[in-house]
Amino acid sequence: MTTSTAPAAAPARAKPVTQLGDRIFAGAAQGAGIFILAVLAGVAVFLIVQALPAIVSPAAALPGGVGLVAYIFPLVFGTLLAAVIALIIATPLAVAVALFITHFAPRRLAQGLGYLIDLLAAVPSIVYGLWGVAVLAPATLGLSAWLNTYLGWLPFFAGPVSATGRTMFVVGITLAVMILPIITAVSREVFLQTPKLHEEAALALGATRWEMIRMAVLPFGRSGIISGAMLGLGRALGETMAVAIILSVSGAVTFNLISSSNPSTIAANIALQFPDSTGVAVNTLIASGLVLFVITLLVNALARYIINRRREFSGAN
Amino acid sequence: MSVDTNLIPDDAVGSEPSPRALVRAELPRWAQPAVFGGSLVVVGALLALAGAFSIGLFVFLAAVLFAVATYLLSRFVEGGRKATDRLVTIVVTTAFLIALAPLVSVVITVVGNGLARFDAEFFSSSMRGVVGEGGGGYHAIMGTLIITALAALMSIPVGLLTAIYLVEYGKGRLARAITFFVDVMTGIPSIVAGLFAFALFALFFGPGVRMGFAGAVALSVLMIPVVVRATEEMLKIVPNELREAAYALGTPKWRTITKVVIPTSIAGIASGITLAIARVIGETAPLLIIAGLTTALNFNPFDGRMATLPVFAYTSYAAPGVPREPYLDRAWAAALVLIIIVLVLNLVARLIARVFAPKTR
Repeated sequence: MTTSTAPAAAPARAKPVTQLGDRIFAGAAQGAGIFILAVLAGVAVFLIVQALPAIVSPAAALPGGVGLVAYIFPLVFGTLLAAVIALIIATPLAVAVALFITHFAPRRLAQGLGYLIDLLAAVPSIVYGLWGVAVLAPATLGLSAWLNTYLGWLPFFAGPVSATGRTMFVVGITLAVMILPIITAVSREVFLQTPKLHEEAALALGATRWEMIRMAVLPFGRSGIISGAMLGLGRALGETMAVAIILSVSGAVTFNLISSSNPSTIAANIALQFPDSTGVAVNTLIASGLVLFVITLLVNALARYIINRRREFSGAN
Repeated sequence: MSVDTNLIPDDAVGSEPSPRALVRAELPRWAQPAVFGGSLVVVGALLALAGAFSIGLFVFLAAVLFAVATYLLSRFVEGGRKATDRLVTIVVTTAFLIALAPLVSVVITVVGNGLARFDAEFFSSSMRGVVGEGGGGYHAIMGTLIITALAALMSIPVGLLTAIYLVEYGKGRLARAITFFVDVMTGIPSIVAGLFAFALFALFFGPGVRMGFAGAVALSVLMIPVVVRATEEMLKIVPNELREAAYALGTPKWRTITKVVIPTSIAGIASGITLAIARVIGETAPLLIIAGLTTALNFNPFDGRMATLPVFAYTSYAAPGVPREPYLDRAWAAALVLIIIVLVLNLVARLIARVFAPKTR
């Protein structure tokens, strides 16, 4: 019924028959793939083109008047700091959540609970920002004061404690909530791939559930956890609106997490400055965006590399 | 499962009754619930006596007491290995509840604050000429719908075709490069996508460009990889027997794909696309940069600034007028509308996937 669109070519030919429709369709599919590569290259090229004026112009002409490197460095520092805090909070929690869904929750509920965690990823970042500043910031004031009182000798909690709670600490927690579902999803995937025979062998030797997980599941899933954490890191590095709303920014380079003077992040700085910028200030912001693009590209490429390598040597097949 | 053998060397020898015993005492089933209730009562009473009752402290201390008490009890009765097992179970379950807490809190907060302005006026009027009370987000809702629809219109064909290429045609270097870069592309920060759209359109329209269509371009940079990924997964699970049966009947490849492969996997693809839409509809950063904000209704994505819900919520909150209250109320109402759209899209995606799942066996 479906062969009638175009008459078959001359019957004497030994080559497989390719219809016109076939060639068009294959060409379109391949073209779409190449188009994606072109878009990614285009992102890099256009950012470089627009960043160029900021790179070549003298230091005094740029916003802040201290040169491009001195302008971007505190932002890179703030970006990395916020992302690392988020990662430290989210990774253990995400691994535990993934373990709960794969190995502890009742079988029937497991999938639904997984959807619930996925919903965390669906909430728009602007909503997390509003929530962070309206709920989380006031709620953690007591905790910050406590940390300052008892752990104030650490540089992270040196204070003085911010009265509004719009601190790096709260940003880190909010980002942790946002990247938790990503790390959970990847870890869950890997934990489910643990060879059933390994698990059953451990249980048959009399291991408790936790011993089985420690001996069979975690060693198998280690690279999955690492790559999931790196994907989460990539997401946290680029997160914009939550940081822009929550953080009270001063541009200081400091490890102090609970005071009201914090370094901004690249993404948040762009969001805050861009609408009011003109001329070379715009180019400077695009240059900082280019730096962010390169950082996230490297982190994501590394994460994917680990995942793909694992796929070949995992021994699951 | 109730027999605990001692064949494995024990790492907690402290409470070992006798090395030869093959059967070990076990806590009765009601022990753990009892300890749980006990911890709640004890912590509640202590906090009430101290006069420093707060819900956060109560939950935290009760959880800690429950974990410690269970561990000690189990260690005393059942031995160290089982005690560790019980402790880990409690820790893992607690972690899950902690992870759910933000979701619940976000929903409660947004609903609680957003209902104040979740009224007919919000859905029927723009912010044109509004100072203070009144006004609404109609212009922002329309902007979000138009821009997201345009983004979907651009991303879905490209994403679908790329996925088809990767699964049905792709071999060798090009396919591997595309797979890798699609993966990498999922990690592009949304703000960078916005900068890209700005850099692209600034070349043609000058440095002050703001345009709904450019916002749609930025969103499709974010959406395409998600569509590719979801579609690819779905095409991969179509059984090869179906394709071979079609080929055996003499069906050309492209007809096989359009008439056999895609109809089989259409439910999963539709669900994946819905999730992709849900992901980009809440994006703020790129639209803040390239679509800007306006107070008036603008149906033309090629002409000037266009308001969107996330940007509307952000600017109402970050730069409120005087008095502040009506602006904040509108921000929360916009957030509520946004979260409802996203949750409904997620729900629809799950329903599509479940109801129209391919009947492969």
